[in-house]
Amino acid sequence: MIKLKIQNLYKIFGPHPQRAMKMINSGKSKKEILDKTGCAVGVAGVSFEVNEGEILVIMGLSGSGKSTLVRCINRLFEPTSGKITVDNDEITSMDKKSLREVRRNKFAMVFQRFALLPHRTVLENVFFGLEIQSADKDDMKQRSMEALDLVGLKGWEDYYPAQLSGGMQQRVGLARALAVEPDILLMDEAFSALDPLIRSDLQDELLSLQSRVQKTIIFITHDLDEALKIGDRIVLMKDGKVVQIGTPEEILLNPETEYVERFVENVNMTRILTAKDVMVRPVKVTHPKDGPRSALRAMKEKGSSSCCVQDRNRKFLGIVRSEQARKLVDEGCTSLESVIEPYEKNKVSPDTPLQEILPIIIDASYPVAVVDESNVLLGVIVTGSVLAGLVEGGVDSNAHATDWNNGGV
Amino acid sequence: MLNILNNFIPILNSSSDTGMGVPKVPLGDLIESIINYLTDNFSSVTKSVSVVMRSGIESLNSVIDMVHPVLFIIVVTLLVLYISRKRIALFTAIGLLFIWNLGLWYETTNTLTLVIISTLLSLIVGVPLGIAAALNKRFNRIIVPVLDFMQTMPAFVYLIPAIPFFGLGAVSAVFTTVIFAMPPTIRLTCLGIEQVPVELTEAAESFGATGAQTLLKVQLPVAMPTVMAGINQTIMLSLSMVVIAAMIGAGGLGAEVWKAIQRLKPGMGFEAGIAVVILAIILDRITKNISFRKNEKNKF
Repeated sequence: MIKLKIQNLYKIFGPHPQRAMKMINSGKSKKEILDKTGCAVGVAGVSFEVNEGEILVIMGLSGSGKSTLVRCINRLFEPTSGKITVDNDEITSMDKKSLREVRRNKFAMVFQRFALLPHRTVLENVFFGLEIQSADKDDMKQRSMEALDLVGLKGWEDYYPAQLSGGMQQRVGLARALAVEPDILLMDEAFSALDPLIRSDLQDELLSLQSRVQKTIIFITHDLDEALKIGDRIVLMKDGKVVQIGTPEEILLNPETEYVERFVENVNMTRILTAKDVMVRPVKVTHPKDGPRSALRAMKEKGSSSCCVQDRNRKFLGIVRSEQARKLVDEGCTSLESVIEPYEKNKVSPDTPLQEILPIIIDASYPVAVVDESNVLLGVIVTGSVLAGLVEGGVDSNAHATDWNNGGV
Repeated sequence: MLNILNNFIPILNSSSDTGMGVPKVPLGDLIESIINYLTDNFSSVTKSVSVVMRSGIESLNSVIDMVHPVLFIIVVTLLVLYISRKRIALFTAIGLLFIWNLGLWYETTNTLTLVIISTLLSLIVGVPLGIAAALNKRFNRIIVPVLDFMQTMPAFVYLIPAIPFFGLGAVSAVFTTVIFAMPPTIRLTCLGIEQVPVELTEAAESFGATGAQTLLKVQLPVAMPTVMAGINQTIMLSLSMVVIAAMIGAGGLGAEVWKAIQRLKPGMGFEAGIAVVILAIILDRITKNISFRKNEKNKF
């Protein structure tokens, strides 16, 4: 279900927004517009939708308009033109009073520099949003304590913000936002001011929190790793425009423009790619239909030194090595049964991240098998396919293992 | 307003020669005719204001004077002990006892009354003006040069026009003191609010706060240390102006200094001067420590 919808949104700062809009539409650059009209283009024709319960990350470098965009959503900045709707209510046309109501009931914002009130205790900061709504005092305190509990700050309610570390201050900011029980959480570079370890902790906590509270979250960041980690979908922005919208994988694997490509090229792909992205078609035989002779032929054909064995129901049984198959042929035996090596250690599921597969593949001299939950063989991973995956951002799963190695498998 | 122009035109024609070859710009004459016009038309209003204020000042004064010096000193010392440190409380007690000993007690309380009233009036007018200047850019552009003018014009100059409006005495003194001492309150209230981080006001707005809620719950509390610094300055300036205002009959310690000048008695002047200094230090420490205590809570 669509929670929030943004249509053709523009935000231009400066004296002649209409002239600047015309220039944007005729394809002039931000700098040209600034020189000619003195207007700074913040957001230039952005449209997207946010689904209920998803984490949508808006990502871009500084100056890309992402913070301006998020402030247009709750009209801290008045959009120059365009339409924003939440639950079918059009925010952009609201008068001040109904806008205040929407801000009180639907939105809550978390800020980069925490924006806590220095003269209030942690608890007083957390109930700030409720106080604004003139909520009942006891109710206010109780809900704030619950929110503090949710972010793991129980016992800190009487401290002042300056007595807390950055990470804890941002938890207070998060608790303050959660206390008003908003539908939509706007997080403006919420973790960017924190050091990497704390940031990573808070990202994990946000994800686990999200699995419990199921809010719609719009998260602004300039950090691609952060975007990839927490985003269900990512909106990539540049110069006030949307460059690409998609799931983290779509953005990484199919960058639509050169800009996105450049943006994602330094990503640590081993954290993004999973087994299914780098697996290739296995050399396989079916037991007991195929004997050692057909196994040997299959291996010879593909130049491989081992092959996978499955049963009639396509369940994975293990692998057979070429020298053992040859021995069976020489002995005149017709069943592979005695030489199938069960392969428990080198089996992974299709969603295993490449990061976890790498150590296995380095240790093993034979391919890693990818099986689904009912143990059906989906493919194999070999060193070559991993390399190809890293270089090309994934491999064609119909490709064959031996396309990347010279008979080493 | 026609009156002013009528008075003004003949003046222009009969300008005296200053030796520059260019007729003198009759600025002083213009100001005088404006003030004459204002006194002619409004002095009845200001005089009645004056009567009300005079009775206010006198009654506050008599209330303070009704209190026995010993009781007064004990109360003030305890107050200082509560909001400040022991050392300053000790200084307060000794200082006030010394003033009493010098025989300047009633002059001192008289001056204190004027300072309290001037400061209160300065705050009542100044804080809202400071808030308005912070929130409204256009008003800010108007008020800044006015404040510059108020502060740089020599303070004595205000004394003269005060007399036709309020007559000789304490009310004129309060009036000129407010004009002279109010600017820091306006400026620092404005500055304090302007310095509130944007994210804090954004946070308030994003939770749906009204303008008044943002002002009362975020902007003013966060600006408080700066506002208090302004109030402290206003009190100090009030004290110095109240002394100068003795020239138009303000009474109190200033009158003692003034008498000493006329009689060429340096010892007497010095005694009154010391009393002013002691009063200034006590007032300064009290107000500084109010803002200090507010800050202290936020630091570890």
